[in-house]
Amino acid sequence: MSKVRIIRGQEWARPVRPVRREVVSAIPEPEQGRPPLLFVPGFGHGAWAFAEHWLSHAVSRGFPAHALSLRGQGGSEAAARTSLRSYVHDVVQAAAGLPRQAVLVGHGAGALVVAHALARYPARAAVLVSPVFGGWGTLGAALRRNPAGTLPAAFGGRLRLSRAQLFSRELPDAEARRYVSALGRASRRAQWQLLSGPELEPPVGDPPVLVLGSPDDRVVPPAALNRVARRYGSAPLLFPGMGHDLMLDARWREPVDALLDWLEKEPVAR
Amino acid sequence: MSTSTDRPEPEATTLALSRDGRPVSDRGDTVCVIGAGASGLTAMKNLREQGFGVDCYERETGVGGAWNWRHDRSPVYASTHLISSRPFTQFPDFPMPDSWPDYPHHSQLLAYFERYADHFDLRSHIWFGTEVIRVEPVEGEGWDVTTRSTGGYGPERTSRYAAVVVANGHNWSPKLPSYEGLEEYRGEVMHASSYKDPAQLRGKRVLVVGAGNTGCDIAVEAAQQASQCWHSTRRGYWYAPKYVLGRPADQVNDALLALRVPLRMRQWLYHSTLRLTVGDLTRFGLPKPDHRVYETHPIANSQLVYHVGHGAITPVPDVARFSPYGVQLTDGRQIEPELVVFATGYLPRFDFLDPLVLGDDSGTGRPNLWLNAFAPGHPTLAVVGLLQPDSGLFTLAHWQAVLFARLLQLRRTHPDRAAAFAATVQARAGERYSGPVKDSTRHWFEVGHVEYLRAVQRALDSLEGK
Repeated sequence: MSKVRIIRGQEWARPVRPVRREVVSAIPEPEQGRPPLLFVPGFGHGAWAFAEHWLSHAVSRGFPAHALSLRGQGGSEAAARTSLRSYVHDVVQAAAGLPRQAVLVGHGAGALVVAHALARYPARAAVLVSPVFGGWGTLGAALRRNPAGTLPAAFGGRLRLSRAQLFSRELPDAEARRYVSALGRASRRAQWQLLSGPELEPPVGDPPVLVLGSPDDRVVPPAALNRVARRYGSAPLLFPGMGHDLMLDARWREPVDALLDWLEKEPVAR
Repeated sequence: MSTSTDRPEPEATTLALSRDGRPVSDRGDTVCVIGAGASGLTAMKNLREQGFGVDCYERETGVGGAWNWRHDRSPVYASTHLISSRPFTQFPDFPMPDSWPDYPHHSQLLAYFERYADHFDLRSHIWFGTEVIRVEPVEGEGWDVTTRSTGGYGPERTSRYAAVVVANGHNWSPKLPSYEGLEEYRGEVMHASSYKDPAQLRGKRVLVVGAGNTGCDIAVEAAQQASQCWHSTRRGYWYAPKYVLGRPADQVNDALLALRVPLRMRQWLYHSTLRLTVGDLTRFGLPKPDHRVYETHPIANSQLVYHVGHGAITPVPDVARFSPYGVQLTDGRQIEPELVVFATGYLPRFDFLDPLVLGDDSGTGRPNLWLNAFAPGHPTLAVVGLLQPDSGLFTLAHWQAVLFARLLQLRRTHPDRAAAFAATVQARAGERYSGPVKDSTRHWFEVGHVEYLRAVQRALDSLEGK
C-alpha cells in the first residue's frame, strides 16, 4: 500500500457536492454500548438490500445498524459528475455523522468504496463482503458469466446483473426476481474507475479487516477474494454454495452471524 | 460533560518525591495533553489511535477551548464565523457535515468539537476544571506535571508522564499596545477579547484599532450599530473577499497551488482579480498595501470594503496618542471616540514551562522549534497548534499530532529512526514555512499551509522509512 498522503489539494479545492442521503437505521432498545455498524451496498444496490435481513438481525444481537444508499442509488439523491470519490465522501459523511466510532461493512463494489473510506475515516473495524476491487479480471469474469448484461457497461451503459450471478438456486424465484428488479445503476464514471481507479491509501488507525465471501460467487472469483484478504493480512471467511449477494441469498443468516461473532471477539471493536 | 467513573485514578505510590517533597504518581507510558481545545482533542485522538494512554488537563469545564463561547478565555463574539472554508478547516479524518455552510458559525464549530470528543470517546480521559501549573523535565526523558483545580483551589498534585503535548492555545492572552496618555483617556477602552455582542457598540462613536480578521469584523459590526466608526490600521492591507469567481476564495487559491503555480504568479493573479472585482481601495482613503498579498496573515472579509464605500467606516491611520477626551492620529487629525476597541491580537503563553525548554533563550516569548512543534533536546515534548496558517488550523494540528504519535511509537520499535528525527529537530529548529512575511508578534509563527504540510509529509515519510 502506498504512503499516507497529507497534501490533498484536489479534495480541498474541489469538495464533493453534497446530496441528500438515505440512511436506514435500526437501533437496539435499550442501547447496549456496542459500536454502530454502517452497511454500504455495492453498485446497483441500495440501503434496501441490507434492510431486508441484516439490519434487524444485527439489532437483535445488540448492534446499532445503519444502511446507506450511495448517491444516485436506492433513496439517495443523484448528482452530476458522480465518481468513486463522491461515493467515498458519502460513506465518510455517514460514518462521521454517527454518535460513536463505526464499523464499516461494504458489499461488492461498496467494499472498494469502504476500502477507500478507511483512508479518510478511522473506522473501528471493517468488513468486506464479496469485495469487488475491480481490475480487468473482474471485467473478464463478468463478461464470461453475463456477456449481455456486462458489455453495455464497458461502454458507459447500464450494468445488468443477472439472477445467476447474484444468488444461489436455493433462493425462491419470486424473491430473486424482486431483488433483481430493484437494482439500480451506478455512475458511469465510477464503473470505469473499477477498471483503473485511484490507488488505495493506507487505512487510518490500522483497523482490523475481515473479508467474507463465497467460493461459488460468480462475480468475485476465489483468487480475487484471496487477493483482497491478503492485502489486509488475513484469509477470507468462506460460505460455500452462496451467490454474490450474501445478505439477500437464502442462507443470509450465516455470514452476518460470522461477522457479528468476529466483532464480539475483536478487542478493538468491542 | 464527563460523568464517566471508569477514569483511572493516578496511583500516589511511587519511588521518587518531587522537588518540594510531595509524592509523584507515576503514570507510566501515559501521555499528558494540556488543553482540550481543537489541538488537544486531536492530539488525544491520534495518540490513542497509536495505542497510548492519555490524561488531558483542561482548565475549563467543557471541550472546544477558544471555540467554546462559555469559557471565560474564549475570544469568540456573537458573529464569529470561520475565515477559511470547510475543507481546509476540518480534521482530515472527521469531516464536518456537508450540509453545513462553506464558512460555519462558531457555535457549529463547538458542536463539531463536542461530536469529535464523543465520537472518539475522549471525554473520559479529560480532567475538567484542572489547570496545569508546572511542567518539568525529569531524568529519563519523562515529565513531572503539576496540576490543581482551576482558580487555585485544592491541593497541588504531581504526576509523571512519558511525554507531554502542549496544546494550550495562543488566542487567549490579549496583547495590549501602550500609547502615550492612554491612562488619562476618559472614554471606554476594551480589548477585542471582551467584545461579545454588537449591542456593546450600539449608538456609540467607536474607534476600532487593528486590521486583523477580528478588527475587520468588529469594524463591520460597528458600521451597522455604532453612530460612527473609525478603523485605525498601521498599514494598508489586502481585504480578500470570502468568495471569488463564485467559489470560496481559498479553494480557488488551492486549485492554483495544486498546479504548483509559483507564488509571484499567484500574487499577480490575486492582485488582478482584486483590481477587477473590488477595485482601487485608495479611492476610499484606505492606504495602499506596502506588501504583496500572502505576505501578511490573510484577511477574509467581504463586507469591510462595502461599508467603507457606504461611508459607515472611516479608515484612519495609526493612533499617535490619547488625550483625556480624544485621540490624536499619526496624520495629526483629532477624533473623539467614546469607545476604543483594541483588536490587537493575542500572544502565545506557556507559563507552566521554563522558556528554555522551548528554546526561547532570550526570553522574547518566541519558542525555537522545528515544524513549530518539536523542541531540540526534548524528544518527548510537542507543542500542537502553535501555528498561524493561511488556512484552517485544525487540519495542521491533526498532522502534527499524527507525527508526534508516530514518533513516540517508533521510539520503542525503531530507536534509530527516532534518533535521526531528534537530530533533525536539533539541526533545523526555527525553520519557517511561509514566503517572506512582515515581522510582528503575529507573523513569527505564520505558515503557508501547503509549504508546512509538505514539510510534515517529508518528516513523516522519513520517520516511516519510506
